[in-house]
Amino acid sequence: MAFVDYYQILGIGKNATEKEVKNAYRKQARKFHPDVNPNDKDAQKKFQEINEANEVLSDPAKRKKYDQYGKDWKHADQYEAAGQRGPGAGRPSGGQQTYSGNFGESDFSDFFSSMFGGSGRQSRQSSFKGQDFNAELRLSLRDVYTTQKQTITVNGKNIRLTIPAGIENGQTIKIKGHGAAGINGGPSGDLFISFSIANDPEFKRVGNDLFKNTEIDLYTAILGGEIQIDTLSGKVKLQVKPGTQNGSKVKLKGKGFPVYKNESQFGDLFITYSVIIPTDLSEKEKELFIELSQLRK
Amino acid sequence: MTEENLISAHEFCVYHNIGHSFILHLKEYGLVETITLEQIDYIPSEQIEKLERILRIHRELEINLEGIDTIDHMLQRVDLLQQEVIQLKNRLRLYEDID
Repeated sequence: MAFVDYYQILGIGKNATEKEVKNAYRKQARKFHPDVNPNDKDAQKKFQEINEANEVLSDPAKRKKYDQYGKDWKHADQYEAAGQRGPGAGRPSGGQQTYSGNFGESDFSDFFSSMFGGSGRQSRQSSFKGQDFNAELRLSLRDVYTTQKQTITVNGKNIRLTIPAGIENGQTIKIKGHGAAGINGGPSGDLFISFSIANDPEFKRVGNDLFKNTEIDLYTAILGGEIQIDTLSGKVKLQVKPGTQNGSKVKLKGKGFPVYKNESQFGDLFITYSVIIPTDLSEKEKELFIELSQLRK
Repeated sequence: MTEENLISAHEFCVYHNIGHSFILHLKEYGLVETITLEQIDYIPSEQIEKLERILRIHRELEINLEGIDTIDHMLQRVDLLQQEVIQLKNRLRLYEDID
């Protein structure tokens, strides 16, 4: 486990006064407070670090212990009990421990709780909202066409979710109170679920509108006719106008995506026609096309 | 007739250990809306989350009401910009998919 330099976290020197610690903490907290940095995971992590640094450096007893033992702070009480004055003089009776390896987000809390968890001094501590959790839910476009209920498991807890139809890729919803427990009696953090909605091979979505390519044969494009297309709400019959050009678009009103949290309203579906030119003409067809082309001359 | 969920401002103040004047000041700044029925102030339930956020910013960061008003305004802009970024990213995906 790497050494965490609380002074560096707060951006102060080792000789900083209590007032300087307080000012540095306030300055950093204003910058990284989760309420002023919504959906910013980095800011949340930084805020947690700042809080931990402040909890230690704003308390003279904890700060003294931290200053004296540095990375070996964990055994400060044991060193003192053994009458020893530092890590170089020996090891506590619990056996040698090394501090190396990754120092991840969860380790940071362990670091903090193991150092001061049992100290019982709460008088200088402020209460703070717990850390927010972030999760990602992957769904298909068709999944989010209708409102659906899902149960997800976060940190061993099952959470029942209602996902409103029309939610967008990248959108985040907040589940209040399902984050980490509050610090010193503060409220629990929140759970932020961001949605990753996979592209659909058939439909493209822009806002509440859907876009789809539909192939029509040459004769339907020239003469017009009726075709049947698939929409997300079922099959629809469509009249193709005579003389329809390749790439032309038609709008099917209300056949797009439901409006988020307003399921009675829908966007539109835009159909782009791709006219398929036949490539395997029979001799008879070739003759007829030549005849047709001569009529145009 | 529509029904609205209201929470007594008094209950909110007792729960959060704040004076009623704090709510009145926020109302003056246009930061929260309250409803008065038979001379009792109520807070619409959908305002509670915002009110609690304001309270945390006020207490934990020692920001005064002018500062909270500014932060609230900036957060609304951030929210709008984040929505715009999402929409633009989704629009970009349309073109990235083209072979």
